[in-house]
Amino acid sequence: MAANWLPPVSLTASGRPVFLPGEVERCLLPAVDLESENPGLAPFRSGLLVLTSHRLLWIDEQSAAGFAVPLAAVVHAYPPKKSIRSMFASPRIRLQVSVSPDGRIAEDGVRSEVITVVMRGKNDPDAFYCRLLEVLRSRQWEAAVVAEKRNTDSGIAEPPMAAAARVRMPVVGVSGILRKEQELWESTDKSLQEAFQDLNALMSKAKDMVQLAEKMRLKLLSSTSASGNADDEEMGSKQEMQDWLLSIGIVSPVTKESAGALYHQQLSRELADFVKLPLERAGGMIALVDVYCLFNRARGTALISPDDLLQACTLWEKFDVPVMLRKFDSGVMVIQSKARRDEEVFVRIASLAQKPDALRTGISPSDAALTLGIAPALAKEHLLTAESKGLLCRDVSPDGFRFFINLFTDIDPSDIYMNKNNGPAHVWSSALSLSG
Amino acid sequence: MQRLGNFKLPQFFNFPPFFTLQPVKETREKQVQLWKQLLLDYCRSQKIFVIGLEEDFPLFSNPVIERSLSHEAREVFLSALISEGHAEWMDKDRRKCLMLWLRLQEWADYILNFVKDNGLQDGVMTIEEMRSGTETHGTELAGIDRGLLLRVLRLLEQKGKATIFKGTSADDDGVKFSV
Repeated sequence: MAANWLPPVSLTASGRPVFLPGEVERCLLPAVDLESENPGLAPFRSGLLVLTSHRLLWIDEQSAAGFAVPLAAVVHAYPPKKSIRSMFASPRIRLQVSVSPDGRIAEDGVRSEVITVVMRGKNDPDAFYCRLLEVLRSRQWEAAVVAEKRNTDSGIAEPPMAAAARVRMPVVGVSGILRKEQELWESTDKSLQEAFQDLNALMSKAKDMVQLAEKMRLKLLSSTSASGNADDEEMGSKQEMQDWLLSIGIVSPVTKESAGALYHQQLSRELADFVKLPLERAGGMIALVDVYCLFNRARGTALISPDDLLQACTLWEKFDVPVMLRKFDSGVMVIQSKARRDEEVFVRIASLAQKPDALRTGISPSDAALTLGIAPALAKEHLLTAESKGLLCRDVSPDGFRFFINLFTDIDPSDIYMNKNNGPAHVWSSALSLSG
Repeated sequence: MQRLGNFKLPQFFNFPPFFTLQPVKETREKQVQLWKQLLLDYCRSQKIFVIGLEEDFPLFSNPVIERSLSHEAREVFLSALISEGHAEWMDKDRRKCLMLWLRLQEWADYILNFVKDNGLQDGVMTIEEMRSGTETHGTELAGIDRGLLLRVLRLLEQKGKATIFKGTSADDDGVKFSV
């Protein structure tokens, strides 16, 4: 494998890069080589090239390894050569980068080296070059550094806007926080309206959006301890607020514009990372329609179509991700974490169905939904699956559709009075006699 | 324990899913077995030979748990008995069903045993005597459906073990055994 002459990049479980604060993905190219002018350094072959606002990332999807060139170290980017000869070779873009005395690529290097980006796939080198120049000119990585410095100088990490709000109104308990958030939201709303004006402006605003959301979330978290006497209602609304904010958290959504042909593949990986949290909350299974809403809300502006979502989920089969798409017999589609086995669910359903009340009156999908912590529609699917496995049987009456533990398999037809039985049927009959 | 007349109902008669036709194959097979057993046991103990599908047959509903069998379920359970020779449809519309807790051949064997046990090898009995006479009192034959008895006797006649003869009235119809 390639020598590690570039600093490594950490990847998420599904192979998406972990972004720096404020970093936004701008362009993706498949099948790209990175070569150093130094013949002693082995080139990186055929990986995914990701241009972000801060770095140039090279990711090998097979071995889930990634390396980065910080854009701060790029001194100059040479345009792709236009000549008759170059028409037959893979397009190349050369980058002059500064190198520190110990051979690392760094911003304040003492000498420079040339790295060549070789595009082997069917990519548009000119478009990539334009995007690269755009990113290099905007110098967004510097903004992050400045912000960091300012925060360390003042000693408290507090945005100026929140500081102003503090002067105007006393912050007392949750209501104070909510009011402050309201103000922040209003300014966010303004930013959003500006952002919609054109796509380039949107991309530069994306970072601000995420920063705002992050700050609000942090403040909510820190105030949890401060207002310990908040009653349930306040806690509820705070929880709700946190949920909203958390769901904003996709720092750099994969878009058709940035990912191009790789769109569905990258979307699929992003989705796998995203659903982890909602899945945990929903008890290991979540309906596809719910994910669609949550995911689009988290993306905020770069909405995806239902078809894109379905394609992204279908692609999971090809990656090693901890989630899977599952289609129930009824046609209901859900996303399920692989760790959650049906058996585990069945054990819980079985114990629910054998509680004294359930033995007498059975369980409804909503009962199961409460116990399993999932949506009633999904609970019903689970119950139907448990029924098809012979664990449960059904009772359809004017009162509705209920499930009982399956006693049929436990009763011997030649002993219908159950004289010599001590299985579930016996437990059931004693539960019945107890209730009179 | 719940009872229907002098018939002791099994516990599972109060199990609500017992009255819903189960869609899952293996569960339904067990359910059908239990219903077959219950129907035969009940009919035998109560000497019920004919079940009307649309009538208020006591087993088909359970007021205690407010459940009753759908028409489809009744047909499924009776059809299961029919496939084993333990019942027969009495009409094309499947509205009435003849219950045979003893299959036709078993009834024939039962009558032959009865004849032997009572020394009637060359004797004569009227049909009515067989159904309600003192000789058959306390046996399975007591109270047997007349149509069913005639069919069993004809079966014996075909095998040369009995001869049916007409009397002056239907009550006088008789049978001569030649075992």
